[in-house]
Amino acid sequence: MIAELGNFALILAFCLAISQGVLPLVGARTGNERLMATGRSLAVGQLVFLAFSYAALTWAFVASDFSVEYVARNSNLALPTQYKVTAVWGGHEGSLLLWVLLLAAWGVAVAVFSKALPRKMLARVMGVLGIVSTGFLAFTVLTSNPFNRLARVPADGVDLNPLLQDPGMIAHPPLLYMGYVGMSVVFAFAIAALLSGRLDAAWARWSRPWTTVAWCFLTLGVGVGSWWAYYELGWGGWWFWDPVENASFMPWLTATALLHSLAVTEKRGGFKVWTVMLAILTFALTILGAFIVRSGVITSVHSFAADPDRGVFLLSMLAATLLGSLALYAWRAPRVGLGGGFGWYSRESLLLGNNVLLVVACAAVFVGTLYPLALDALGLSKISVGPPYFDAVFMPLMMPMLFLVGVGPLIAWKQADPVETSKQLRWVFLVSILIGIAWPFAMGLWKPLTALGLGLAAWILLTAAVDTRNRMMRRRSQGVGSMLGALRPSFLGMHLAHAGLALVVVAISMVNSYEVERDVRLAPGDTATAGGYEFTMLGVGGVRGPNYDADQATIEVTRNGKPVATLTPQRRYYDSQSDMPMHQASLHRRPTRDLYVSLGERLSGDAWLVRLYYKPYMFWMWVGGLMMAFGGFLAAADRRYRLARERSTVVAEERPAATGRSAGQEVG
Amino acid sequence: MLRRIAFPLVGVLVILGLLYVGLGIDSRALPSPLVGKPAPAFQLESFYDPEEIVTEADFIGEVALVNVWASWCSSCRSEKPYLMELARQGVTIHGFNYRDTRADARRYLSAEMNPYDKIAFDPNGEAGMEWGVYATPETYVLDAGGTIRYKHIGPLTPRIIREEVLPLIEKLEAENR
Repeated sequence: MIAELGNFALILAFCLAISQGVLPLVGARTGNERLMATGRSLAVGQLVFLAFSYAALTWAFVASDFSVEYVARNSNLALPTQYKVTAVWGGHEGSLLLWVLLLAAWGVAVAVFSKALPRKMLARVMGVLGIVSTGFLAFTVLTSNPFNRLARVPADGVDLNPLLQDPGMIAHPPLLYMGYVGMSVVFAFAIAALLSGRLDAAWARWSRPWTTVAWCFLTLGVGVGSWWAYYELGWGGWWFWDPVENASFMPWLTATALLHSLAVTEKRGGFKVWTVMLAILTFALTILGAFIVRSGVITSVHSFAADPDRGVFLLSMLAATLLGSLALYAWRAPRVGLGGGFGWYSRESLLLGNNVLLVVACAAVFVGTLYPLALDALGLSKISVGPPYFDAVFMPLMMPMLFLVGVGPLIAWKQADPVETSKQLRWVFLVSILIGIAWPFAMGLWKPLTALGLGLAAWILLTAAVDTRNRMMRRRSQGVGSMLGALRPSFLGMHLAHAGLALVVVAISMVNSYEVERDVRLAPGDTATAGGYEFTMLGVGGVRGPNYDADQATIEVTRNGKPVATLTPQRRYYDSQSDMPMHQASLHRRPTRDLYVSLGERLSGDAWLVRLYYKPYMFWMWVGGLMMAFGGFLAAADRRYRLARERSTVVAEERPAATGRSAGQEVG
Repeated sequence: MLRRIAFPLVGVLVILGLLYVGLGIDSRALPSPLVGKPAPAFQLESFYDPEEIVTEADFIGEVALVNVWASWCSSCRSEKPYLMELARQGVTIHGFNYRDTRADARRYLSAEMNPYDKIAFDPNGEAGMEWGVYATPETYVLDAGGTIRYKHIGPLTPRIIREEVLPLIEKLEAENR
């Protein structure tokens, strides 16, 4: 009964979404205030019904109602309760329900926080969100209903995929979907601006905090996914250039470009067309990602089960988005004016460079992900594209971008003086080179690419420090309070995010060059060394978990005879699939290195195959990712946006484009 | 008006078209045109010794598995324990080391964990082309006469080994006797 109520609520939400996709837009077209105002209440109604529907599905999981097909496939009686709750998004149908729920939540957030938007603009944004929501809800209701019942009720369910029975997996999908779905809001703002024909600084200022917040969630989602792959898959890798990973990485790249392009649109009124294109492209890439993951078109380790009908539906949504946006653009483009001009060396030009590099990098990932499919579709030869391709193409694009990350924030809008910049930064440049040269020596082995990566990371960190110092010194005469006051959240957030990027670069450079990986045969009492640590096998014993049996090795780690840690890697045999053992690695983390031990199979006698890793600076990768996301949140919280929102009505009515504004300093 | 969007429009249509055609193809169940044909010819350096040349003749002579792998391929790592198990049961396994470097592959293969008998080193995917390699890992079963009798794309799982690979090997060995 509860499942039927959930289904009913889902269908009601679908009906509300259709109304939300029509009424506010008609209202904006005809100037009917009452119709325009419906967007807000329809969004709230959608959220209420979807929350109910989601709760109903969760209840079906917790109560182990195996008459619901989705529950029977993704849960069983022995599954621990916390995983029953998270199993709701462990499969295709439930994760889609989570997706539409989050979309509705974003819709309500827009309605609540955008009270100061011009009514027509808000009505259009809500209308476009309603259309997006209609698309995803139709997809859920028509092709992937999680409430379908089974005619014959099984005594027990299949089980949640053991790979997903993990804390990292609890957080990964919701964060990622928050990012994906947030991009729908950005898209809605872009389409609303195109509909009104007014792509101006005010539009950029309204959509900027939403873009930033969505980007933060996307960053966290990608980061947690990588963290999960690192410790759960048992190979010590953190990025595999797998099509599914690429599906989340491509919108991240264009969203990053969009963040920076929006800065130019807001501050200087430039890049309008480019910005709106990026907003549309990012949203289209999120749908493409759903298509890649959910249609079975590309083979991947962790995609959902294939179903061509779903693929056709998502492809139609992608086609409607892209073709509709292009048509709208062709209709409205003549009304989009040019922004302020800028010189060849200015913050605009560097941001343009950053944008081009990010978009080209995204195109490279796109080609690498879909090229095998394209050749296949054309009936040509079949090839596989692996990390060698991505490394060869991606790295050279990132190097100049990292350099620009250092320079960009320090130079002026419109026209800057290269001579002055070089004077200001020559010492920083030299020190960065020295750090780049010296640091690899400290690690024992000098490699040119590592030196380049570390030098660039130092460059980003040092230029950020210089910029912060300069900004504070400008108010030296006004006391410490004023000096600290100069560090506005948007300014700090920008540098924090850039510094986070630098930490990630350090981690990648270090781990690619200096990681030690050893497969060793260990019987009780045997010792092996890796990265200067001794690993002694004490023994292997059986352990019983809530729904699995495991062999657990106890391995004592020492360094020069002094104890460091005791690690207990497991090899788990889940009751539901005992022929596919899962590795549960055991880690000892320190700021400058991870020790990572994974238990392989039993060799002859009581000897086991054990995989030992020494992974330098992995910690910096996760800290860097968190800093990037936190920096974004900080920037989005800047008071400027709240003030802008209060004033925005006036700005929008009186000044179509704030092109002549004086050069500001922050990109935030 | 159309001219303004002609270029992106064409790009969008091409990509949508490709994705649509791609939907019709089940990439997991590609029937290899090579099944039933003799193993394609190739000449490559041996993985163990650059001086030595490995050809298709080295793979032929007894019923054998030919596995295409690379150290960068995550699915290969997941199937490696099962290959080890097969090797321990006495199944001959040859390999193509595909688009890889010797140093990385050697680390991947440490002495204890090498299920392969002969390994052809194919850094540019030349033989991979001839053998119709779609994505690593791939596994072929050759009969004693060198004819490809089976091909599996993607990692081997215990179920596939139990239900498809082992029965076929037993059958082929019985034919051979």
